Amino acid sequence: MRRGLTESVTVVIAGVVAFPLFWMVLSAFKPEDEVISADPRPWTLRPSLDSFTRALTVQNFGRYFMNSVIVALVVVALSILISFLAATALTRFRFRSRTTLLIMLLVVQMVPIEALTVPLFFLMRSVGDSVPMFGLNHLGSLVLVHLAFSLPFAIWMLRGFVAAVPVELEEAATLDGASRFRFLWQVLFPLVAPGLVATSVLSFIHAWNDFLFAKTFIISAAENQTLPLALQVFVKPDQNDWGAIMAGSTLMTIPVLVFFVLVQRNLVSGLAGAVKG
Amino acid sequence: MRGHARVAFAYLTPALLVLGGLLAYPIYQLVLISLYDYGQEQVSGGAPLTFLGLGNYQKLLGDQQFWTVLGQTVGFAAVCVVGTLLVGACLAILCTRVRTWARMVLFLAALGAWSTPAVAGSTIWLFLFDANFGFVNEILGTTGYSWTFDKWTAFGLVAAQVIWCSFPFVMVTLYAGIKAIPAEVLEAAALDGASTLRTAVSVTLPLLKPILIVVTIQSIIWDFKVFTQIYVMTNGGGIAGRNLVLNVYAYQQAFAASEYGLGAAIGVVMTAVLLVITLFYLRALRRQGEAL
Repeated sequence: MRRGLTESVTVVIAGVVAFPLFWMVLSAFKPEDEVISADPRPWTLRPSLDSFTRALTVQNFGRYFMNSVIVALVVVALSILISFLAATALTRFRFRSRTTLLIMLLVVQMVPIEALTVPLFFLMRSVGDSVPMFGLNHLGSLVLVHLAFSLPFAIWMLRGFVAAVPVELEEAATLDGASRFRFLWQVLFPLVAPGLVATSVLSFIHAWNDFLFAKTFIISAAENQTLPLALQVFVKPDQNDWGAIMAGSTLMTIPVLVFFVLVQRNLVSGLAGAVKG
Repeated sequence: MRGHARVAFAYLTPALLVLGGLLAYPIYQLVLISLYDYGQEQVSGGAPLTFLGLGNYQKLLGDQQFWTVLGQTVGFAAVCVVGTLLVGACLAILCTRVRTWARMVLFLAALGAWSTPAVAGSTIWLFLFDANFGFVNEILGTTGYSWTFDKWTAFGLVAAQVIWCSFPFVMVTLYAGIKAIPAEVLEAAALDGASTLRTAVSVTLPLLKPILIVVTIQSIIWDFKVFTQIYVMTNGGGIAGRNLVLNVYAYQQAFAASEYGLGAAIGVVMTAVLLVITLFYLRALRRQGEAL
């Protein structure tokens, strides 16, 4: 009986927590007059795709969606490669300055990346003079900064996964004649894959959600904007197209949600790994 | 493992290049820029760079607005941290008391809140609390009331959004921590005649302390540097900048007012504050038996 009560309370709380998301999806599917209504109702009898159409055609949302996807995927791919190598170096080898490097990694994670907008803005401006692809107004600049921001945590987290692979395995592989390179990519890499999944998801989400750097770097090239900025395009003082905003928000949230649900087990154990080392 | 330093270095090179070029160098540049009078003319080359030394910092510390913003940032972060921890801890405990299906329902909802991008989350909350078309005003019967107009309701609304999207991390981590406590320990306490409350205070809480410290400090670090929510929900820091927090203030000084030197100085101050918190974090990790 008491458990029944606790469980109903749990479900009610879950409902409250999920309500903003429910409202987002609902509003995205409502016809416009129901969205902009002084008497909003938590249901709709006339679901429509108008808001999505408006978001995708009028506001060119598809393009921004692809920009976000490109930035996030390139960041993930590069950060997997680089952080895997670095984590291996930091766990499999003993060398001077190793501890210093580890402490630096931790400290650097705490630097508020937002504070770096000013120097990074000027850095990207000068980079753009020689390599336009990575300069201001180009997606490359976003890839670079998000790669840098996701690496410290990715390396830190992967350390635990690499360390969990017994050293004997490497010795066995070497005895069997596997080269270092082969051991790295055919033995170690698959074994730390769960850790890679968890770190990739976090890198993806960081890059996907970024608002500040997209806003700072992509100034005049509207065609290179990413989703968070595009969403801002709809927000006009006093005259918001809430239907399209909610449709855009839905499109932006779904990939992240899918990722989260797919890897939630990994994520939790990964985070515990990150917390516990 | 001797003689492998060269291989280790080769593995580390890409990471060191990226981190050196895009984190270490900008940090150095941040400090450097903060020492100069760096405005629009200097950027376009129309005026020579003048070295100010600590001039920007002097200007900042003498500015009433800076202190107001700093106070707001600390207060806002405090409310968010306390709220996040309270909600997260209560729900983690709730999770241990229900069957799997109910827990899964709550976890899924929390996962949804957790995964919502900050920009999307902010706009959803803005819409829910919209003066004319918002569902909250409809329920409360206060149609036409603007939540973002008043300074304190605006801060409260943003804080609620921040708590909404950050409590799941605390909840999931604490729940995992509670579950990791060996059943024997709790059984032993029960056999010794400890009440539920006594077990919670004398057994569970001390065992959870390391995790609690980590999530607390992590929350402080996150909530101290909230940018997107404030920027989106109060439209860049509220009317006349009254909803500014440090991060948004720095951005506005640098990119709206073209006072890059001043913006960099605010960034340095913020970094310094967070580094102090980080030292506590490191100590907490150490005490947890973290081996470097």
